[in-house]
Amino acid sequence: MLGVSFFVGFTGLWALATLGGFVSKTFLADPITMVQSGWRLLTEMGFAKDIGITMWRVFGGFAIAAVLALPLGVLMGAYKPVEALFEPFVSFARYLPASAFIPLLILWAGIGEVQKLALIFIGSFFQLVLMIAVVVGNTRRDLVEAAYTLGCGDGGIVRRVLIPSAAPEIAEILRMVLGWAWTYVIVAELIGASSGIGHMITDSQALLATDQIIFGIVVIGVIGLVFDFAFKRMNQRLYPWAQLGK
Amino acid sequence: MNILSIRGVSRSFASQNGGAATLALQATSLDAAENDFITILGPSGCGKSTLLRIVAGLDQPTSGEVLLDGTQVSGAGADRGMVFQSYTLFPWLNVRDNVCFGLRERGLALAQQHEIAQSFIARVGLSGFEQHYPKQLSGGMQQRTALARALANGPRMLLMDEPFGALDHQTRELMQELLLGIWEAERKTVLFVTHDIDEAVFMGNRVMVMSARPGRIKFESAVPFAHPRHYRIKTSAEFVKLKAELTEQVRAEVLASTALYSEPLHPASPAATP
Repeated sequence: MLGVSFFVGFTGLWALATLGGFVSKTFLADPITMVQSGWRLLTEMGFAKDIGITMWRVFGGFAIAAVLALPLGVLMGAYKPVEALFEPFVSFARYLPASAFIPLLILWAGIGEVQKLALIFIGSFFQLVLMIAVVVGNTRRDLVEAAYTLGCGDGGIVRRVLIPSAAPEIAEILRMVLGWAWTYVIVAELIGASSGIGHMITDSQALLATDQIIFGIVVIGVIGLVFDFAFKRMNQRLYPWAQLGK
Repeated sequence: MNILSIRGVSRSFASQNGGAATLALQATSLDAAENDFITILGPSGCGKSTLLRIVAGLDQPTSGEVLLDGTQVSGAGADRGMVFQSYTLFPWLNVRDNVCFGLRERGLALAQQHEIAQSFIARVGLSGFEQHYPKQLSGGMQQRTALARALANGPRMLLMDEPFGALDHQTRELMQELLLGIWEAERKTVLFVTHDIDEAVFMGNRVMVMSARPGRIKFESAVPFAHPRHYRIKTSAEFVKLKAELTEQVRAEVLASTALYSEPLHPASPAATP
């Protein structure tokens, strides 16, 4: 309830500043114009398609990153030699700003879908690997030992102790990094794209259409919020045991 | 017939900063016969848990060897079930699946797993709690589940590392009776580490007292009470006498171990000068 009231208050302030004439319309559109032009964007200018394309890019790139990061992260967390081999490089790569790769990726892959997916991959893969490795590596030692005394071998420890034990936290990591992937896709679309939410925003900038820019930003926020909420719910459903005692 | 032979097992730990290695456990030998319930008493830090962990295969001895049924132990295995002091139920599994953990590892059919689990859950008095997650259970119930999990696996022997150490006194006494009742029915060979003298005498048929660090078995006593044991024997004259004797033995070691690290608390105390 408190969270909702803040949203309302924020919108109220915005309406006051713009409709009250305190801020020029050229720089900041008012909420009503924003909703109207948003509706026009959706119904007449095919903005829904842009939204669909952007979402496809985010989930595509993120899915590739997650599918590859999961096994590597788990192996790094489980086996010291694997960690010793990859950890330094991954730590280094993690600090490379993904957006700085855009010029390079445009040279390599043009401004098509491959470039977008690659950027999201670079932005999320290394983060995922490191965080998953840490979570898996922090598995309670006594649980591992208990499993050994129950007859587990090394493979069984990974499958039946490390992974289930880390699963709720890994799901949280995925949720968080998916949020970051959203920012990368917009950056990629701002710089070089012929479709997508970010592309619409740059087009609107050329037309000084702040109402459309704001609508685009709001759409990104709303989609992010919806997915965050859905992800959270799914985690609670999948891992009821992790909710106990919280 | 000895089921377990511990032969000259010692353990020293390399120091962190390049100094001399610390000896935690002196060369220790111990034989356990079939159906023995051996309790190991000692001051904290004397290496009794280290000894148990070596038997479990969770730690490697620096010298010596451990034989189970004449075969040298290398690494942990399902033939030595273990109950830990900390709560080690898998939090993502409910009670039944925790008890089934080892059975599933052996590849038993699901129906068979459930049948075995059910009988051990009943034996530790947790029927009706099969679907509960560990966090929904009290400490005593968690340790009962851990006991059922170890027993369901059908181990050759049971290793217990202060399994009731984290429980309150009343729960602890009930757990002792429960374990004793199960042991009287199953006659498993048990190695049981504790620092509670009452517990050691009440549960065991042999009590070992370990010296201060670096530990070794310095005193052994047979417990003469017949089975089934009733908790009232704890107040019998014979029990009190044995307890008094062991108390002296343990106390001397506790004092010795504190004297190693600090000035004696009571320099005039006769027990401090052996």
